Amino acid sequence: MSEAIGAATAMDSGENISAWATIKRGAEISPELKQGFWGTMALALLGTAGRVVVPIAVQQTLDKGINGPNGVDQSYVVAMALLAAAAMVLTGISSYLMTARLFTTAERGLATLRIKAFRHVHDLPLLTQNTERRGALVSRVTSDVDQVSQFLVFGGIIGIISVGQIVVATVIMLFYSWQLTIVVWVCFLPLFGSLQYFQRRLSESYGTVRQMVGQMLSVVAEPVVGALVVRTHAIEDRTQARIDDSIRRYQAASTRAQGLTAFSFSLGGLSGGLANALVLIVGIWLGFDGQITSGEVLAFAFLVTLFVSPVQMGTQVLTDGQNAIAGWRRVIGILDTPADLDDPGTTGEQLPHEPLGIAFDHVEFRYPDGPPVLIDVDLEIEPGTRVAVVGETGSGKTTFAKVLTRLMDPTAGSVRLAGHDLRDVGFASLRRRVVLVPQEGFLFDSSLRDNVLYGDLAAGTERIREAIDELGLTDWLDGLPHGLDTRVGQRGESLSAGERQLVALIRAHLADPDLLVLDEATSAVDPALEMRIGRALEALMSGRTSVTIAHRLTTAENADEVIVFDRGRVAQRGPHQALVAEGGIYGRLHASWTAQQS
Amino acid sequence: MSTDPATDDTLVDASRTTLMDGFRVLGVAIRREPWVFTLSTLGSVLFGALTVADAWVLGWSTDHVLLPAFRTGETSAGLLWAVLALFVGVAILRAVGIVARRLGAGVMQYRMQAAYRREVTSQYLRLPMAWHQRHPTGQLLSNANADVEAAWAPIAPLPMAVGTVAMMAIAVAQMLLVDLTMAVVGLMVFPLVTVATLTYQHFSSPLFTRIQALRAELSEIAHESFDGAMVVKTLGREAEETERFAAKANELRDLGIRVGRIRAVFDPILEAIPSLGVLAVLGVGVYQIQHGNAGAGDVVTIAYLLTIVAFPIRSIGWLLGEFPRSVVGFRRVHRVLDEPVRTTYGDATLAATGTGARLEVDRLGFGYPGGAALLDELSFTVEPGQTVAIVGETAAGKSTLTTLLTRLVDPGTGRVLVDGTDVRDLAPGQLAGHAALVPQTAFLFDDTVRGNVTLGEDVSDEDVWAALRTAQADGFVAALPHGLDSRLGERGTTLSGGQRQRLSLARALVRHPRLLILDDATSAVDPEVEARILAAMRSTRADADAAGSTLVLIAYRKATIALADEVLFLADGRIADRGAHEDLLLRNPAYAHLVNAYETTAAEVVAGE
Ligand SMILES: Nc1ncnc2c1ncn2[C@@H]1O[C@H](COP(=O)(O)OP(=O)(O)OP(=O)(O)O)[C@@H](O)[C@H]1O
Ligand SMILES: Nc1ncnc2c1ncn2[C@@H]1O[C@H](COP(=O)(O)OP(=O)(O)OP(=O)(O)O)[C@@H](O)[C@H]1O
Ligand SMILES: [Mg+2]
Ligand SMILES: [Mg+2]
Repeated sequence: MSEAIGAATAMDSGENISAWATIKRGAEISPELKQGFWGTMALALLGTAGRVVVPIAVQQTLDKGINGPNGVDQSYVVAMALLAAAAMVLTGISSYLMTARLFTTAERGLATLRIKAFRHVHDLPLLTQNTERRGALVSRVTSDVDQVSQFLVFGGIIGIISVGQIVVATVIMLFYSWQLTIVVWVCFLPLFGSLQYFQRRLSESYGTVRQMVGQMLSVVAEPVVGALVVRTHAIEDRTQARIDDSIRRYQAASTRAQGLTAFSFSLGGLSGGLANALVLIVGIWLGFDGQITSGEVLAFAFLVTLFVSPVQMGTQVLTDGQNAIAGWRRVIGILDTPADLDDPGTTGEQLPHEPLGIAFDHVEFRYPDGPPVLIDVDLEIEPGTRVAVVGETGSGKTTFAKVLTRLMDPTAGSVRLAGHDLRDVGFASLRRRVVLVPQEGFLFDSSLRDNVLYGDLAAGTERIREAIDELGLTDWLDGLPHGLDTRVGQRGESLSAGERQLVALIRAHLADPDLLVLDEATSAVDPALEMRIGRALEALMSGRTSVTIAHRLTTAENADEVIVFDRGRVAQRGPHQALVAEGGIYGRLHASWTAQQS
Repeated sequence: MSTDPATDDTLVDASRTTLMDGFRVLGVAIRREPWVFTLSTLGSVLFGALTVADAWVLGWSTDHVLLPAFRTGETSAGLLWAVLALFVGVAILRAVGIVARRLGAGVMQYRMQAAYRREVTSQYLRLPMAWHQRHPTGQLLSNANADVEAAWAPIAPLPMAVGTVAMMAIAVAQMLLVDLTMAVVGLMVFPLVTVATLTYQHFSSPLFTRIQALRAELSEIAHESFDGAMVVKTLGREAEETERFAAKANELRDLGIRVGRIRAVFDPILEAIPSLGVLAVLGVGVYQIQHGNAGAGDVVTIAYLLTIVAFPIRSIGWLLGEFPRSVVGFRRVHRVLDEPVRTTYGDATLAATGTGARLEVDRLGFGYPGGAALLDELSFTVEPGQTVAIVGETAAGKSTLTTLLTRLVDPGTGRVLVDGTDVRDLAPGQLAGHAALVPQTAFLFDDTVRGNVTLGEDVSDEDVWAALRTAQADGFVAALPHGLDSRLGERGTTLSGGQRQRLSLARALVRHPRLLILDDATSAVDPEVEARILAAMRSTRADADAAGSTLVLIAYRKATIALADEVLFLADGRIADRGAHEDLLLRNPAYAHLVNAYETTAAEVVAGE
């Protein structure tokens, strides 16, 4: 249900920002939008004046030049036609300039918004990223922004023209009769008043619509990514039912919003009809007073139509605008979600290029709203040590690795590397010196080369081959159909699971870190290859610090020190032999491992 | 403009076909939603008729109320009420027309969008794995969202445009009746608008094609990048990722600006044409009057009719202006819909015997497109209730074999038979009902624990708990705040790797499959836990005696392998050796090297020290 979905998101939905605040904040984020704003406005006014002049000139020609009391007045017709033509050229030029400028600023501003939002998603803490579904995140940087851009360039043009036309029409009406102008405005006041109410309702409606888009995309993305599971268990029907449900909800939300839009739009016409009638009636009444002639009343009735259509267009723009604002809010919502792992940036401390010592100082970590997963972890690891971390499933090993590499900050206590509190270290230095190979490796849909280059962008083919050779993987590379140019497929799925891990390892090796953290990095690799890589890594990491999480205890046997986790606590520490002698949890794990090997 | 006439021709052709295709796309929508279309068009016609009526009401009020009042200096309340009633009445009816038109257009548009989204997503569910591997998730999201939206965008202005055409037809007829010469001059407006629109499409169509493709690429990059957010973070590659995204976003921006420039030229032209028409009519009108060919009233009428259609004529421009984008979106969606679903099914069924299934692999051959043969003439049989372990190096093709056994992929040559029936002859859903695969990489849904295990099937909580117990997942599930009802987050992010794997295992176990295939499905599980899982599986098998399910294991751990009745050693795409684990250890050095690696190395280390 919708309550459950998205309810847990830690990302700002932006719903609490008012429309005006959204626009202001949006313009702040994309300063391009403000560039040349007044120039565009001036052009709009100029173009609008032209737009009003043409119909008036035509009307005057008909009234006075052709249908006048003295028959056809040719010179009058020519003069008016010239005037209209001049106005048309003027309108054309200013309309060209305005549209071109509007497109330019809008597209520029929105590209900036898109890129900033995208970047900010990556700057968000891992945990926040995980609370929002990927499909919904994608919709924020794609279709939500598209919605804003569509509105700014299409609605924007119409909106600006409409406002200009309303102003110009009002000025001309005032010129004819101020009393009747007031009558017209009074007729429209209820409309303008009710607009407030409709804006609020529409804003809610369109907020729901945008949310539904994000949700629909998530629901569609899931079975596409998990196509294998859907197929093996033949749950297409249930999956389709879920998708259909999200599509239906999006459709219902859109239809509801459209109904509201149509209704509010139709109100403009009602006011127009009322205004027309009252202008005639009040006009007659004023005429009895001798304040106005019948010709003037008729001319005024014509002016009212020039006033009504832009009001109607304007209401439409305002209502359509709510959809855009809703999208805008969601994008701004990303930017307003704090990147709480603050990067101290260039002012931050730099890690030295040397083996890094690790110190955990009474570290506690709990996931939001959860029990502590790391409890009072207090340990020191000498620089250059090879550490193995073992423990049961769910004991907190991966969490330990993430806190160690500052993917998450501890909820209590602190972590120091080479004496520097991690929170004070600049990210650039941290990511350069400390590399984690995560449990669930991820490859980009690109070539093998591009994927390993993620570790070191500057590496040439030579260096890549060398690194692969150092890991003892040249045979493997040579067996690939296109060598380094082999495409790895989405998420690396055109490689075997073991091969994916090899790529992640090469990538990490190329990064040449001083602290390497491997979280089950070779769990899917065959034993012979794993041992070969293990030996190679051992040689490569000599003199550096490494933390290796593994279920296969061979790693632990070869490590300088073993750390045993048990339900979030460090239960045992020491070299393999000592721990085996000690018994306890490690003794049990080891016994079970040995049993499996016989 | 190009100097090469040939290219010019094709381009003009392209915009002409865009026009035709645009109408064809609309035709699809109208055929599928005839009633809503009729309703909204009627609303639009009502609106148009009442726009004309408005002028009539003004004329009537002028002649019967306003002018007499000014002439005589008096009027009656009844007349004034009549004026009010007429104007307001027309306005209300017009409002009804507007609501019908807009709501109708909206309903039609959203219905078509929803229908196409349903079709395209159900096609995603039908298309084979191989297709999915070739198409990035982001692109599929874009097909289901942006492309569908673009395809049906012209529906919004459609009723208004149709209403306008009706209005225009009436106006044209009237003009022709009034004065042929002036009418012809005035009617020049229509071909001019058409030419202008076609020219606009000629220039903008290619841009829209590119824009729509870029939208998909942008969504691809975003989806992939957010998917790999953790890698991006751990390697500090945020800036490079942003650059990758920015390159596309900026390309999209520049194209948007180019489209804007083109629009900037054509918008004022389209707007000016009707006004020019009016001016021309006035000019010709003056001439006609002076030569006694027409009366002043005729000029007024024709000019008035032209001004009435001048504004709505733009709605036709809007409609046609949406065509390029629409046609592109429609084509992109249809590229998915028209993809042939080559997977064919038979109607054979498998008997639910309650005993293990018999699996037979007969001279199976397979290679990925563009690669060498991966599996070659593979043949083996697993008798009901037997356990077979498949052992092979990294990338030997073990996972590929499991996808062939479960018919996620069809073999190049040879057959896979379950209980003697070729899996290709089975009715849809049959194989899944009897065989279960636990994939190498666990995939969990954004759902509750229960939902992830039952996958929507009607399974009692006891059975769910029993499966969780076997997979050794009962402990941590019980500790979750809401037990079976705890939500797991997308892909099960709130669980540890081993916990995810065990749920994936429980999902297969709860189905009591007659053929269970485990693709290295216990790799992230501690040895201790794995030992318990294997023990549990063995005991259920012992309980049921020969009725135990047939098991295919892909494994490296000796304890796992030792459980098998037979081991198949897969190397170089063939079964290099087969037999009992002990026998293979003794007679096959390659096999021994692979599975003994841990001890050998440990021994070497000890020896070396
Ligand atoms: N994002 C999260 N939100 C809430 N709880 C989480 C999250 N990630 C992990 N946990 C919980 O924290 C505990 C420790 O998980 P962790 O991933 O650190 O285990 P692990 O020791 O690495 O296990 P494994 O060997 O299975 O990988 C588990 O109980 C898990 O359910
Ligand atoms: N979708 C694909 N497209 C092209 N090649 C593929 C695809 N999937 C796998 N391959 C290739 O086929 C070979 C066998 O892959 P497979 O996943 O079957 O190996 P595996 O035996 O399961 O290995 P592992 O032990 O690492 O899981 C590999 O070389 C891999 O690169
Ligand atoms: Mg883990
Ligand atoms: Mg595999």
